[in-house]
Amino acid sequence: MARAVTNQRKIINTVIAWAIGLLIFFPILWTFLTSFKTEATAIADPPVFLFFDWTLENYTEVQERSDYFKHFINSVIIAVGSTILGVLIAIPAAWSMAFVPSKRTKDILLWMLSTKMLPAVGVLYPIYLIFIELGILDSKIGLTVILMLINLPIIVWMLYTYFKEIPHEILEASRMDGATLKAEILYVLTPMAVPGIASTILLNIILAWNEAFWTLNLTAAKAAPLTAFIASYSSPEGLFYAKLSAASTMAIAPILIMGWFSQKQLVRGLTFGAVK
Amino acid sequence: MGRITLQQVAKSFGTTEVIPPLDLEVNDGEFVVFVGPSGCGKSTLLRLIAGLEDVSGGTILIDGEDVSNTPPAKRGLAMVFQSYALYPHMSVRKNIAFPLKMAGVAKADIKKKVENAAQVLNLTEYLDRRPGQLSGGQRQRVAIGRSIVREPEAFLFDEPLSNLDAALRGNMRLEISELHQSLKTTMVYVTHDQVEAMTMADKIVVLQKGVIEQVGSPLDLYRNPANLFVAGFIGSPAMNFASGATAQEFDATTIGFRPEHLKLSPEGGDWTGTVGVSEHLGSDTFVHVDIEGVGKVTARADGDISLGYGDTVFLTPDRARVHRFDVHGLALR
Repeated sequence: MARAVTNQRKIINTVIAWAIGLLIFFPILWTFLTSFKTEATAIADPPVFLFFDWTLENYTEVQERSDYFKHFINSVIIAVGSTILGVLIAIPAAWSMAFVPSKRTKDILLWMLSTKMLPAVGVLYPIYLIFIELGILDSKIGLTVILMLINLPIIVWMLYTYFKEIPHEILEASRMDGATLKAEILYVLTPMAVPGIASTILLNIILAWNEAFWTLNLTAAKAAPLTAFIASYSSPEGLFYAKLSAASTMAIAPILIMGWFSQKQLVRGLTFGAVK
Repeated sequence: MGRITLQQVAKSFGTTEVIPPLDLEVNDGEFVVFVGPSGCGKSTLLRLIAGLEDVSGGTILIDGEDVSNTPPAKRGLAMVFQSYALYPHMSVRKNIAFPLKMAGVAKADIKKKVENAAQVLNLTEYLDRRPGQLSGGQRQRVAIGRSIVREPEAFLFDEPLSNLDAALRGNMRLEISELHQSLKTTMVYVTHDQVEAMTMADKIVVLQKGVIEQVGSPLDLYRNPANLFVAGFIGSPAMNFASGATAQEFDATTIGFRPEHLKLSPEGGDWTGTVGVSEHLGSDTFVHVDIEGVGKVTARADGDISLGYGDTVFLTPDRARVHRFDVHGLALR
């Protein structure tokens, strides 16, 4: 039986939901607004909300001072590259775990996930030294590889969960129907797993795009992505809220827009299997 | 041709023996039903024939050729699964065409064969739909369509009707039987439902714990069960059993008598009992009676009979049709 909800109850729920939504969204909104203020208005007390002289000077100044597009391209290469590399490695791994599991499969999955519980700073020193040794410090390749490794457990887990949802009998049916292993993967498995693979890729691009610990610690100038671009506005010359906000807005805008357009795919991917 | 021969076929999972070595012969064109309670190994046996599981021992011959190590696709068999196992991302047309596409059949031929199969199975107007848009019965027909286009040596059915509701199950049962009559192809059918086994099979194989208890025609098993298990499994409602002094009268450890072989009378008979629940089906009435010294039994009576809860009745078994079993549960003949 459906639960009875009174109109009054509905209104209260709606108000609460909007309040929580606004609370979560507020920092982003504030950053966005601040990016159009002058430095003086930005730190004005009491704070000004909407009625100020809107200006684009922060954006032009930020672009002049540090090359946004260089950082943007670095971010794209590192986020997309590490995700694609990770998915290519994870697909066969998840296949074998989902369809030909061994006695230790569950343990391996848990062990992989447990590496995510390790504080990253614990391995910073050795990895930093390895990067120096290999000559890949402040290089896009180095960052792509390290972000791929960082996100690999999540990619494998996600794909494993999606593949598990594909009924065994359908694969067996294709075998009975004369499909070779290649045909089975090409015509039956992959088309059925596409939504899962797509949302895994989307989520991991977002994770890699936002990753700040490794990107800040292992880059200087050459390979710095947008995270480093934002960070460069926070320290040496004191805080410039308006410029920092402009840089932040520029850095998060691409991923926000991508997330907005792919939200249907993302939600479907994240709740995949929850509802049949 | 589609003769399937199992010679000393065995299957173990790790150290657990699911099917001890067994022999079985399925003749060309025969409709053979594997029946047994869940976990009796009937599905495993079917999967061994299909090639979806590897045998742990013995050989499987199809038309005299050893296929024990042949991959499923090369055995010339088609299988219909319990969950239908249709390809959800393909239209009905593509589902049915898939095995032909895999076999490299020319496009024009595929089109002709798919349309033929669709016509036979009343699926023509659904050809461009996805499986998700079909009802359970229609999905099952698509699964059957996918298996008939290949013109296999034999069909394997793994509990194909258990996901359907009762009315539909009756219809599909008839449709599969009719399909068998028109194709005359060997069919091996797995079910836990003895009604399906009785109504469809040429030959029933009763399994328990991986062991074949008895092989025979439906009526043969019904009339001459080889042991207590088969006697109790085949027939609905199940056979009544009695042991002790009652059985000794018949020179047996246990006797069995079917509900329809018990005569009910309000006046007099061999046994006296108290009426429990009566199940009125219209055509028949199943009366549950507690007989002193024998135990609870079920008797089949006329549909018009009217007995009250707690009434006293007299029952007489048809002595010529009483089944006698020895101390090991084997039938005495």
